[in-house]
Formats: sequence, structure tokens, C-alpha cells
Amino acid sequence: MGDVLVITEHMQGEFQDITFEMLGKAKELANGGRCSALVYGAMKNKAAELGAADRVVSVGAGDDFNPEAYAAAAKAVVQSESPSLVLVGSTSMGMDIGPVVGTALNLPVVAYCSGIESEGGGYALTSQMYGGKMNTTTQAATAVALVLAGAFSADAGRGDGSPAVEEVAGEFGSGRVQFQQLIEPEAADVDITQSDILVAVGRGIGSKDDIEVAQELAETLNADIACSRPIVDAGWMPKSCQVGKSGLKVTPKVYIALGISGAPEHLEGMKSSSTIIAINTDKHAPIFDVAHYGMTEDLFDICEELTESLG
Amino acid sequence: MKIAVALKQVPDLSEELEVDGSGKALDTEYLKFRLNEYDEHALEEAVCLKEAGQVDEVVAIAVDGEDTDKMLFSAMAKGADRVVKLTGGEPSDSHQFAQAFAGVLGGDYDLILTGVQSVDDRDGQMGPILSTLLDVPCVSVVTRVEIQGGNASVHKEYFGGLTGEFAVQLPAVLGIQAARQTPRYAPVSKVRQIQQSASIEEVAIASLGDGAGSEVSAMSPPEKGSGAKMLGSVEDLIEVLQEKGVA
Repeated sequence: MGDVLVITEHMQGEFQDITFEMLGKAKELANGGRCSALVYGAMKNKAAELGAADRVVSVGAGDDFNPEAYAAAAKAVVQSESPSLVLVGSTSMGMDIGPVVGTALNLPVVAYCSGIESEGGGYALTSQMYGGKMNTTTQAATAVALVLAGAFSADAGRGDGSPAVEEVAGEFGSGRVQFQQLIEPEAADVDITQSDILVAVGRGIGSKDDIEVAQELAETLNADIACSRPIVDAGWMPKSCQVGKSGLKVTPKVYIALGISGAPEHLEGMKSSSTIIAINTDKHAPIFDVAHYGMTEDLFDICEELTESLG
Repeated sequence: MKIAVALKQVPDLSEELEVDGSGKALDTEYLKFRLNEYDEHALEEAVCLKEAGQVDEVVAIAVDGEDTDKMLFSAMAKGADRVVKLTGGEPSDSHQFAQAFAGVLGGDYDLILTGVQSVDDRDGQMGPILSTLLDVPCVSVVTRVEIQGGNASVHKEYFGGLTGEFAVQLPAVLGIQAARQTPRYAPVSKVRQIQQSASIEEVAIASLGDGAGSEVSAMSPPEKGSGAKMLGSVEDLIEVLQEKGVA
């Protein structure tokens, strides 16, 4: 039991799923303590969506995310309220808030949290470390926890209500960071979020030319082609094909992962696929933990054999 | 315009990881280390900024450890003008790394680039911690940097392909997700050549601070649920695909 503060996350006027995932967990952990939700800018007008919270704390700090202003506002609220636990997303936005608030106020920061339980007078926090290959447990009386997307149920945190909205006035940040504009992704030829079958390639494909092998398989299966982050960074495939945390979230009937190790950032974008088939020569690769079927043979041999047999 | 790039070595994940006797940390005996892949991108972006004429000097900085010299000479081979090694301390978490870097980064640099995250930063990402210690702004998950006047124009990636553009007053810390191009490779011959002609500056670490303020009480590989059903042949795979109605 203890007071828990959730730093909500929104984009283009909508609360993101991570907000509700954190709220559900916060409500459970507060267990008699106060469960509060911090909202930014005009999102206070949507406080009724945060019915799982006992109260909503509204700070200004602008409608659009601003790393400096949003962190400064969160710091001010955490400082004045001293909650036992602060939950913030392990997301692009949360990364600019959590470590800053924790460091400024001398509170322990615990990153990549996939589990949080009350224990003794404090919390036991599980972090996904080393690309998902190890979990660590951190025990802390108080903490700023960066919560991984998808770690907790969003349904548990959804619920309309009429939590009291308390406004916190103030100028946050010193204007050293200015939001300029939000840039929408370029329109893609294929919307992979709508695909029934995806053949996805990762680092294991080795070179740009070899992507052709995966492409041929995709054509044979009447599938679309997708990829993990390193393939986009290398400039081998367009951003619109990227699955994962900073890319797209996909839920095809069948997801075939070729040479993808399964870093948590990638799993976040595809683990809800109905059937996942992973082909990777590293039998310890985390992708096999979420895959339904796996093979550790060379992906080129398998692709060629498959294309030949089915073509 | 002077840029510092904070570099760190991390365990190589292509190797098998094991927990040591304490049950709280990795067994380092057979562990191989490599430059954090996001730090590689940070270095690449810094060198690109210099090549674009927006920056005069790129200084790569790392804490002394196994193979640090090789890593720093390699950074020089990739285009860093100077390299600095921080000695006399063994930081064990992001807070201590940030403190070690903060000791040499105050005041002297216009921009500090580092990798957006690393595989072992349990106590938070080093960039935002460092920026808080230096009292300068921080933007993480950055994929583009342009410097104009005393400002940086940066692109910060969200999700679903959305990107935020920000104007950031310098000095600042940027956590780099991806450089504008694939990080360059430094041929061994060039690294050797630099090793013979160039030198690494050494600066003693003044303080590592109080650290993370929390400790790991246990470490273990994640529980393996039921895991994937391993298929022995392509015929088995075809059977699965047919069962799912896609072949």
C-alpha cells in the first residue's frame, strides 16, 4: 500500500494504451493508498476516461510533448506529493521524463519494468535486461519505474468515472526545448498492420541483396514483407515496413520471423500475432519464447526449400 | 562548435549469458564486450555533423576498462578528432557512468551525444541522467540532428512512424537512436596506424557519486513459458502453414 502516481501519455489528443496499462497496475498497487494520474495540457478535458484513478493532477506544460517542460512538471508534482511509486512509460516520451525526475529528486529509477509487486514496505520490480535475455529484480521502498508497453493489462485501467481534477499552476521548464512540429510517417505502398501474413527479416539476413530470398518466399505465400529496426537503420527497407516499439504494431494470422533475435523492442510490435514462426540459428534467441513454432536451421536453406516446395 | 560523444562497452549479446555465483549479476569470466550499438550511432552522427561542416571538433570519451584503448583508437579511425579515457574508477550503473562523464563535460562542450539506451541500464538511461547532472536539456530517441546557430534541430521518434521535431538550445544532451547513415567501419589497418601515431588523453574520475540508489536482488533468465515447438524439417513447417490456411 502507498500512493502511486501515473504519468499519463498521450498523442494527438488521445491517451495511449500505456496510460491505461499503468493505471490498472497503479490501482492494484495503491491498494488503499491514493492512485493519481498526472495529465498534461488539454488532456484534463478527458479526465473522465481515467476513472481508474482516485484523482487527476492537471499540469499545463503544453498540449504537445516537450521533453524539458513535461519532465519539469512531473518533477514538481512528485516533489510536492512524494508518492511511494511513480509509473511512467518505458517509451520515447517516458525516457525523457523518468530518469530526469528520479535523478533530480534522488529517487531510485528502475527501467524496463515488466513486473511490479508490493513487497515488505516497498516494491519488487522486474526489469527486462540484456535484450530480454535476463530479468533482474530490484527491491526499493520508493521508485520511479519505467513501465514496458504491454506488460500490464490495459483493460484493468480503463473505466469511465469522475475523478476530481486538481490543477497545478506553474511555468515548467525554461524554454530551452521548443516543440516545432509533428511529422506523420510517409504513406506506404503496403499497410503491414492490415496484412494477414507477414514475412519479417532481421539482422540475421546479413545483407541487402539477400532480402530477395525473403521476398520470394513472401510472394509464394502471398504475404507482405516486414522487418526489424536494424534493417531500416541500414537503409535496406523503408520505415513503413518496420515492426516494433518505434515502428508499427502488427497482428497478422501468421508472422514468420527470419533471423530476428527478438529484442524486447521488436517483440512489443508483433507478440500478439496469432501464429508466430521463428527461424534463427541461435537457439537461445528470445524470439523463441514468444514464437509458437521454431527452427534453428539456416534461414536461406529453409526459405529456398519452402519457396521451391510451395511455388 | 565542439561535440562530445560518450561511449560505453556492453556485454555482447551474441554470446551466451550466465548468472554468476551471487545470483545477482552476469558471470563476466567468459563475457565478451563490445561498443554499445547505439553509441556507435551517436559517434557516426557526430562525425557526419563534422563532415557537414556544422561542427569543428568531435571528442570521444569512455571510461577505462577492458579494450577501451582499442575502442577509442577505433573511434579516431572513424573520425573523432580527440579521444579521452576516464581513469581511476569502475562505474557500475548508469548513475555512476553519468557522474563520471559529467566530471569532464561541464561547460566545455556545445553538444553531447550518446546512445539512447544500453542493454544494461537498469537504473535508467544514461543520457537523461547526465543531462540532469549538467542541468542542460535532453532529448532521447533522436534520429536526426542539424545544428544552426546556437541551436540544434532534432527529430525524436515516437511510435508508429510518428516523429516530433524540436529546437534545442545548446548545450544539450541527445540520446541517439539511429545516425543518418549506417555507422562506418574502421579497417583494422587504419586503427593500427592511428594507434602508432595518436595518443589517448587521460583524465582521472573525480567522483562516481552515490550511484543508482537501488540494488539488484536477483538475476535470472526469463521463465520460458511453453516456448516454441521446434520443427525438424521444412515438411513439418509446410504442414503448420497448411494447418493455418496460408499454404
